[in-house]
Order: sequence, then structure tokens, then C-alpha cells
Amino acid sequence: MSHYHIQKYDRRRFLQLSGLAGGGLLLGVSVVDTETAHAAASTFAPSAFLQISRDGILIYATQPEIGQGVRTSIPMILAEELDAAWKDVEVKVAGIDAKRYGVQTAGGSTATPRSWNPMRRAGAVARAMLIEAAARNWNVASTDCSTRDSEVIHVASGRRVHYRDLAETAATLPVPDAETLRLKSRAEYRLLNTRVRATDGRDLVTGRPTYASDVRIPGMLYAMYVKCPRIGGKVRSANLDDVRRLPGVVDAFALEGNGDLTELKPGIALIARDTWSALGARRALRIEWDESSAASDDWPSTLAKARELAQAGGDGASGNDLIAERGDVAAAFASAKKTVRASYSYAFLSHAQLEPQNCVARPLEGGGMELWPPSQTPQRAQTTVAKLLGVAEGNVTIHPQRLGGGFGRRLNNDVACEAAAIAARAQAPIKLQWLREDDMTNDVVRAGGLMALQGALDDGGRLSGWRNHQITFSPDGKRIVSGGALRAEEDFAPLIPAVRVTRSVLPWISPCGFWRAPGSSAFAFPLQSFLHELSVAAGRDHLEFLLDLLGEPRWLPPANAGALNTGRAAGVLRLAAEKSGWGKRLPKGRALGMAFYFSHTAHVAEVAEVSVDAAKHITVHAVTVAVDVGPIVNLNGAEAQCQGSVIDGLSAMAAQQLTYRGGVIDEKNFDRYALRRIGKEPRIDIHFLQSDFPPSGLGEPVLPPVAPAVCNAVYSACGQRIRSLPISAEGFSI
Amino acid sequence: MSKLELNVNGQQQTVEDVPADMPLLWVLRDRLGLTGTRFGCGLAQCGACTVHLDGNPVRSCSVPASAATEVRITTIEGLAAADGTLHAVQQAWLEYDVAQCGYCQSGQIMSATALLARNAKPSDAEIDAAMAGNICRCGTYVRIRKAIHAAAAVLRARA
Repeated sequence: MSHYHIQKYDRRRFLQLSGLAGGGLLLGVSVVDTETAHAAASTFAPSAFLQISRDGILIYATQPEIGQGVRTSIPMILAEELDAAWKDVEVKVAGIDAKRYGVQTAGGSTATPRSWNPMRRAGAVARAMLIEAAARNWNVASTDCSTRDSEVIHVASGRRVHYRDLAETAATLPVPDAETLRLKSRAEYRLLNTRVRATDGRDLVTGRPTYASDVRIPGMLYAMYVKCPRIGGKVRSANLDDVRRLPGVVDAFALEGNGDLTELKPGIALIARDTWSALGARRALRIEWDESSAASDDWPSTLAKARELAQAGGDGASGNDLIAERGDVAAAFASAKKTVRASYSYAFLSHAQLEPQNCVARPLEGGGMELWPPSQTPQRAQTTVAKLLGVAEGNVTIHPQRLGGGFGRRLNNDVACEAAAIAARAQAPIKLQWLREDDMTNDVVRAGGLMALQGALDDGGRLSGWRNHQITFSPDGKRIVSGGALRAEEDFAPLIPAVRVTRSVLPWISPCGFWRAPGSSAFAFPLQSFLHELSVAAGRDHLEFLLDLLGEPRWLPPANAGALNTGRAAGVLRLAAEKSGWGKRLPKGRALGMAFYFSHTAHVAEVAEVSVDAAKHITVHAVTVAVDVGPIVNLNGAEAQCQGSVIDGLSAMAAQQLTYRGGVIDEKNFDRYALRRIGKEPRIDIHFLQSDFPPSGLGEPVLPPVAPAVCNAVYSACGQRIRSLPISAEGFSI
Repeated sequence: MSKLELNVNGQQQTVEDVPADMPLLWVLRDRLGLTGTRFGCGLAQCGACTVHLDGNPVRSCSVPASAATEVRITTIEGLAAADGTLHAVQQAWLEYDVAQCGYCQSGQIMSATALLARNAKPSDAEIDAAMAGNICRCGTYVRIRKAIHAAAAVLRARA
């Protein structure tokens, strides 16, 4: 439960925050979690800011923009309830300040759901105050007034007044209780669910300084930081004297790591007057590494070991750790009409965001630091760097940047730590620039893994039993790598009468982390492919099989609006089937494949139409995407996320994998790690099943069903079941 | 080290102390402050650094600046008219709201404008060929294609 604290700022505070002399209405809104309300009562932490003055309507965009469109979509939520004309709204990027703006994070598709209610309440409060101001000016009842397109309208007389002309009066009024104000119903929306273009589009097409890597500050030097090719290696010695004498080189020094491979690894810092001179120093640099405690992660041998484990123990489905057990699994298999077993593997992946890691840092007097990091978690960048430097958080200032891609890579702030440590040692402002090779070999990667699955079908061809043995990784034998732990109730497991989920854990040192739709982006492929194997074995239509499994509409677990809802799942499955022409006759070698996945509270079903030729080349003709994320905010942005997720899904499944050999990654640049290029994009048909459920974010959940939908279609088209990602491992291409 | 005279976006620029092998990309970004041309891979694999040399699209990460002294260099900053009027390709990019993260889009736009300068009505296959050197990690290809066709139509109508 949450309640809202909406505060109006007085004239002095207004000036302080806005710099506007004319005065006007400045509202901040905070969400207070009732469980922590006592602790928070003394601090006012608004998570939305709205400013209305003679100059117009200004909405602050507080959440990090990584390409998911939140600089546009989240201000739209406030503008809708305010009843502002979008053309009248100016969006300004807010600074990084937890006290003022609450949580500022781009991750887990949470920015939209987290902002939904505070932004709506802020808009509704401001609208009520503007109506009241107009009513007083006109000496009429506020209930006789309405609003539209940034104006208050007196309904009977038709008089109108623009919000900007009411701001000063509104600022003198008390703030109404947000909870008492009626919010618009979905049918009343004029702005939401329309197509709005990005607020900063012009900067992007004209090449204006936009990203962290575009930042230039006076006296700035250019740095590179060279780390051991084997993660965890330490510097033993280096020819620093030779390097320092090179043209354009200012300094070279070694840094100890701080012991955390996701913060500051050991390495050699090179500082020069430009990037190219730093690169020249790097070419001349000779480092002797101490690799005694370095990673020796090796994917080919690890995958072979995982396959062995998947076969071990007779039934192949007995991992060391029991994750979940429900019902009588042994009985379900003993009495089964048919059983099916298969193992699926998925590779380690790089984020490969197009803007390589970089960060400008400027030392401040007193040991503080000013940073311009490309971060999905800028507030955590502040705390992490403060801890690293041993200074108070207040001595670290973070300037928000538009990110040249995130995909989860920039939840970690290693590049900010490196930049801060280098600038602190050099006592000079520096721009740290990673090469693509640094990026590929020092990523916090999407963990690969394997699932050994078994299913039991009863006399009626119904799924009566399920065993899943996941093989995943841990650096210390205890903590499973981020994004690598299968949840007990992942996806359809709650629907099956008898389930046993176990896990085996293999050692893996190299840091793993969150990659677009963490967990789900890997697990959807085995789980949704295997369900198709089962419906095929049962001789049932896959849609009918899935709908039967879903059963009556209900929340799983019960009464949990953040959980899988079988009704919503069935809704998107039916919609995807209808729009894709599920069941239609297709020529030989061409077929449809279906997959569903629930992630980030979003329900998504996809149908892929593919054909496969004799050389195992797959043409994806169309992907139909059916999505239930509640209401749609910016239709333009929502469609963009769906289109991008389909392309990203195809890109990842086709040929992407990181091959570790003896702790070293083979794929160091795009010549070895293939990102999909333009050409032969499938037709992407997007359908939203809009509802009044709270909104889910849309940056991630459309990706997981792509691979299983395509692979299920491939099976139906040519009879070959793909059980490894990337599909290039089985000789297929897209 | 040498002093280079470069013609960038119609202006003569003098750049001091340039190593003979320094790529044009880093001269533009670090020495001239033209950061709209972006670094992605350093291997001419991704196209984020695409600029025009005499109207031809090249990957500036792989061309030494010293080889560009006799040509007209155009970067994304020089594409719009002096009065700020956008090129038809830039305008189409806005109309189709192409960008997601946006980092690759300078390079995409430079490749697209070069294509349309020599081919008034490119087919889908011709678009594929001309744009194959530009990676978009966000997967905006559907909209890139639409925007190129739309810009081509605008430019044809003007001709």
C-alpha cells in the first residue's frame, strides 16, 4: 500500500528550483510506502515534478533514458491527468537526487509501473487547483468548470482560460488530498494510447551532444584502462616508463582493484591528450599479469559437463538442489500414457550496447568527484563511487546521461568506479573510454545454461507431471549468478499437477548479470519449446493444449496482481492466434509456431510464421505479437519496444554466443559477435489487449517468446527440433 | 605529427600535431569537438562513425585524417541547412520516430542521405545493400526502412 504526499512549493522555493521570477505553481509528489511512512515522514521526497508558470507547463523527466522512451512516456502520464495539450508541455531532464525525485532507475521494466500512480495523482492535483483558481476568478462553482487542452472551461458560459494564466492564483491555493480526486477512466484518455514522438528526437538526428561519451569539460584528458584478458588477473609489472615517454601521453599508472569484479578490477591506467594517443600508449604497453587467481571459465568443457549432468542419475532429472516439489511426480510418470524428455542449452551472451562504456570524471576539492556516467542506476553510481573513494555520498555528483543502449549492462557501475579512481589518482578531469574489445571482454554477461526436462502425459493427453533439472552457475558454490536462477514457479509450472524442479550448480567466476528480461530471456526457450514437444506428442493443437493447461482465469499464486493471470495469458494467446491466422493452410516447408511468456508482470504471446529451406536457412515471414501490459501509455514507444524486441530476439538466437576458453573470451568485436543487420525483417504485427490492470513496462517482456515461437514453427515446418541457442550451433541460420 | 587542413561541413579547419595514422573519427571528436559522429567498434563493423567524404559514406574510425585533406568532409552536424532546416532524411527520422537509444542514428542517417543522393528511388534490396554496414542494436530497422522510403518520396517531389 502506498499513499501520496503532494507538496506545493512557496515562492522562495519556486524561485530556488525553477529560477523563474514570475512565480507560479510548482508541485512535487512523493509516494510513501505505508510500511516505512514513519521513517519517511520527516523527509519529503517527490518522485514527480510539475511546474506551471506564465512561461508554460514544464514536466520533469526523472527516469534514466536508455532507449525505452521514458523521457516522453512518463511525462505523458502526468499530462493526461492534467488535461494539458501535449504541444504546450516542455519536458526537462531532472538531475540525480534521491531525496528530491525518489527512485531513479532503468531496470526490470519498472519505471512505468513505478511512475503510473504518482504521475497521475500529481496531474490530477494540479488540475483541481487550476480549476479552483479559475472558478474563483470567475466567481463560479468549481463543479461547473471542466478542462481541455491546457484550459479551464466554464461550461455554461463557454469562458476559457489557459493554465499559464492561472498559475499564480493556483499557487496561493491549498493542495487537495490526492486520494479524494477522481482519476480518468481509460475511455476518457485523450493523450495516452496515442502516438507521440520522442521529446528529444531533434537532438538525436542532428548529432547534438547527447550521450556520456559526448561530454567534454575544460582541461579534460583522455584515459584508457587495461585489464587482464583473464578476468581476475592482477598486474605484476608493466613498462610504464617507456609508455610515459610516448607522444601525447600524460601519465600511466597501475591501480589495485577493490576486490569486486563488478566495481574496480586491477589494471593499468593510461592518460593522454586524446583517445588516439591513449590507444598508441596501449599498443606499446607490455604488462606481465599475475593470473594465479584469474578465472579459467571454459564454455565448451562446461557445456559438456552440463550435458553429462543432464544424463546422470538414471532419470537425468535429479539436480543437487531441490527447488520445488509438488504433487506425486513419481506416480504421474509411472501412470503416464506417454513421457517425453529433452535437454535444451542456451549460450552466454554479451549486452553489446552500441555505445561502449565510458565516463567523464572530475575531481572536486575535498576528495569529492563529479561524474557523467552512462548508468541505468545513477543513484547507485553515487553510493558506489562514494564508498570506493571513502567520501560522503554528498561529495559525489552524478550528471544524468541519455544512454547509447542499456539492456541491463549499465545496472553495474564499474566504468564509473574506474573513471573515479583514475581521476582521483591523476587529480585531473578525465574521460575514460573503453574500446569495443574492453566492452566484450569485461561485460557482466547473460549466463548460459542447460535444462533437462521431462513431461508426463496422461490418457487424455494432458500434462500430468513435469521434471526440470536446471544446470546453472555460481562463483562461490552458494550464490547463483544473477539472472541464472530458475524460480520455483517459473512460467507454467504452477499449472501442472505434479512438479519437481531441481538444480545443479557448476563453478563460474566471470561476472554474470542482468540481460534484457533476465532469466526469462534464457528460460522461455527451453520451457516453451518443451511444451510444444508435449502437445506434439499428445497429438493436440498447441493453442488448445496451452489453453487447456491454463484453465479458468485466476492469479497464480492467488490474489496477487503482480503474478501470472491465466485469463490474461489465454487472452493474448487467443489474440495472437486470431491475428496470425492460426490453423490456416500453408505450403509445404512453411508453418506457424506459438509461444507465450509471462515476465515483468506482462503477458505476451507470439506467433511466428517461418519457412525452412534444405540448407537449414530459416526465413521468418511474420511475427504476430499480442501483449497485455494493461493500458498503453505512448503507442508509438510501445510499438517500438515490440518491434525492437522481436529483432533483438532474432539477433540473439541466430548466432550470438560468448565462447570462453581458459578464461578468455573469443568474441571481442562485432566481426565475431553477430548483431543482426538490416534486411529481411519479418512483418511484425502488434496487438495490445488493453485493460485496467496497472501498467507493466514494455522494454523487456516481448523478447522471451521470440526464440521458442520461431523454433516451434521450425519444427512444424520441417520436423527438426532445435534444442540449442544459438541455432547456428545446430547448423541453422536466420 | 603534422598540421592538417580539413574542410569540415563547409569550413576550413586547421588541426595541429596530428599523428599520420590518427583516424578521422578521433580528430572530429577529440580535436574538433564534433561528437555527433560516434565510436562503436573501431573496426568499420558497426557504422556508428559514418561520415561523407565528397558525398561518399565512409567509416571514419578506419580512415586516417591525413587522407581526408583534399576532400569535403560532412558530418551529421553539417547535414541540416544553415537556417536549421533539417534534411529530408532527418525529418523523416523524426516523423517515423526511428530512434530508440539513438546512438547509431547519426551513422544511419549519413548512410541513408548518401544513398538517396545517388538513388532517388531505392528498392528494399538497394536499401539493404546501402545500410548493411550500420548496426542498430535496438533493432529499429523496420522504421529505418520506412523513413528512407518516405524521405526519398519527399526529395523526388522537390526535384
